[in-house]
Amino acid sequence: MIVLDKVNKFYGDYHALVDISERVEKNEVVVVCGPSGSGKSTLIRTLNRLEEIDGGTISIDGRDIHARGLDVDRLRAGIGFVFQHFNLFPHLTVLENCTLAPVNLKRASLKEAREYALDLLQQVGLAHKRDAYPNALSGGQQQRVAIARALAMRPPIMLFDEPTSALDPEMVGEVLGVMRSLAHQGMTMVCVTHEMGFAREVADRIVFMSEGEILERAKPEDFFTNPQTPRAQQFLADRRRE
Amino acid sequence: MLELIDTYWLYFLVGQYPDGPLGGLALTVLLSFGALLLAMPFGLLLGVARVSTRRSIRWPVATLVQLVRAVPLLLVVFWVYFFLPAVTGVKTGQATTMLMVLVLFDGVYLAEIVAAGIRALPKGQLESARSLGLSYPQALRLVVLPQTLRNGLPSIVSQLVSTIKATSLGYIIGLSEVSFIATQVNTLVFTQAVEVYLILALTYFILCFGLSRLAFLLERRMARAS
Repeated sequence: MIVLDKVNKFYGDYHALVDISERVEKNEVVVVCGPSGSGKSTLIRTLNRLEEIDGGTISIDGRDIHARGLDVDRLRAGIGFVFQHFNLFPHLTVLENCTLAPVNLKRASLKEAREYALDLLQQVGLAHKRDAYPNALSGGQQQRVAIARALAMRPPIMLFDEPTSALDPEMVGEVLGVMRSLAHQGMTMVCVTHEMGFAREVADRIVFMSEGEILERAKPEDFFTNPQTPRAQQFLADRRRE
Repeated sequence: MLELIDTYWLYFLVGQYPDGPLGGLALTVLLSFGALLLAMPFGLLLGVARVSTRRSIRWPVATLVQLVRAVPLLLVVFWVYFFLPAVTGVKTGQATTMLMVLVLFDGVYLAEIVAAGIRALPKGQLESARSLGLSYPQALRLVVLPQTLRNGLPSIVSQLVSTIKATSLGYIIGLSEVSFIATQVNTLVFTQAVEVYLILALTYFILCFGLSRLAFLLERRMARAS
């Protein structure tokens, strides 16, 4: 479903992504992990072109996402993206946050969009907050709304960029719970996360990155019990110490 | 003072109207509102252009902004009044001149407020709007500008207040707005300069203070909504 072939990215002289080649199949849940500064976020942000690349190709459903004449807005509409810092729209209510894109992109009438948004808010356990403004919500609640907002466009793919890193520890669980149930519904997901418990339980595959390269790709079982590279061993040891 | 008001109130309010062009306070108010109404969309447009990623859009606007900001308003009034007719061949009336100058000046200052507001908004707002599939103009209209305008409201209001006061510069090209009329009255009665200019000052104060209060109430209502 998502195919990356020799993707390279530079920030000036800094080589942020080095010859990344990878495939993500339909319904697959891939967790990308690695030490900070390893290029995980940069990588996931290239998938909906929030970051442009300097070499290689990325294709989704067999279409090159950098092809001439490709409508980048349409591409993005089909890929849900969840940010570390939620980025809810503070001037809109929870419900309005979820209906803004579907209505303005003419994907649904206001009535349909509201009904579906309420459905999604129900799923993330926040239907009772529909008329609240984001500032009145906790971090965990805001992130769950952000997930519902992304789902409101009915995307076949969801990308998560460290969705729990900005949360207080007691709120991490509620967000991971929503992500877990999404995975069980068969959503194709790529998650950058430091939550190793989640990775172990939910991921179909782990991709380990360091200094812009993919060093390991493995089933969670294998990765956690038998990491191959010294960097991955070190990384896991550091995680355990936390 | 009462006698002063009793004799000249109509002249003060509308100038020589209906025997001559509309003037006085009515003209000042009309000019102010006209300028505010036209300068807002103009300023919004310039402000958005100012933060465009395209150099061919950004640079001309930046040049215009820097140029207009570096010249006294009074000079621009002179220029437009005396120079523009020489170029276009059409004589521009005093009121039209003043309106054009105010819209230009105001638009440029509002553009800076809008541009600063857009730059100050967290990058994540635009990114999350775009990642939902909204185009750049849609993201601006639905996500960025509503927040920018709300956050910038105090600066916008002080700009609008100074527009009201700036209409008094029409005096210099003989525009019969309220300051000009007050001066005329002063020449007629001769001995009551303090009273005349006190009433003039009070008039401006009521206009400007009224606008500030209105904005304050608006701000409070918006704050309650969120």
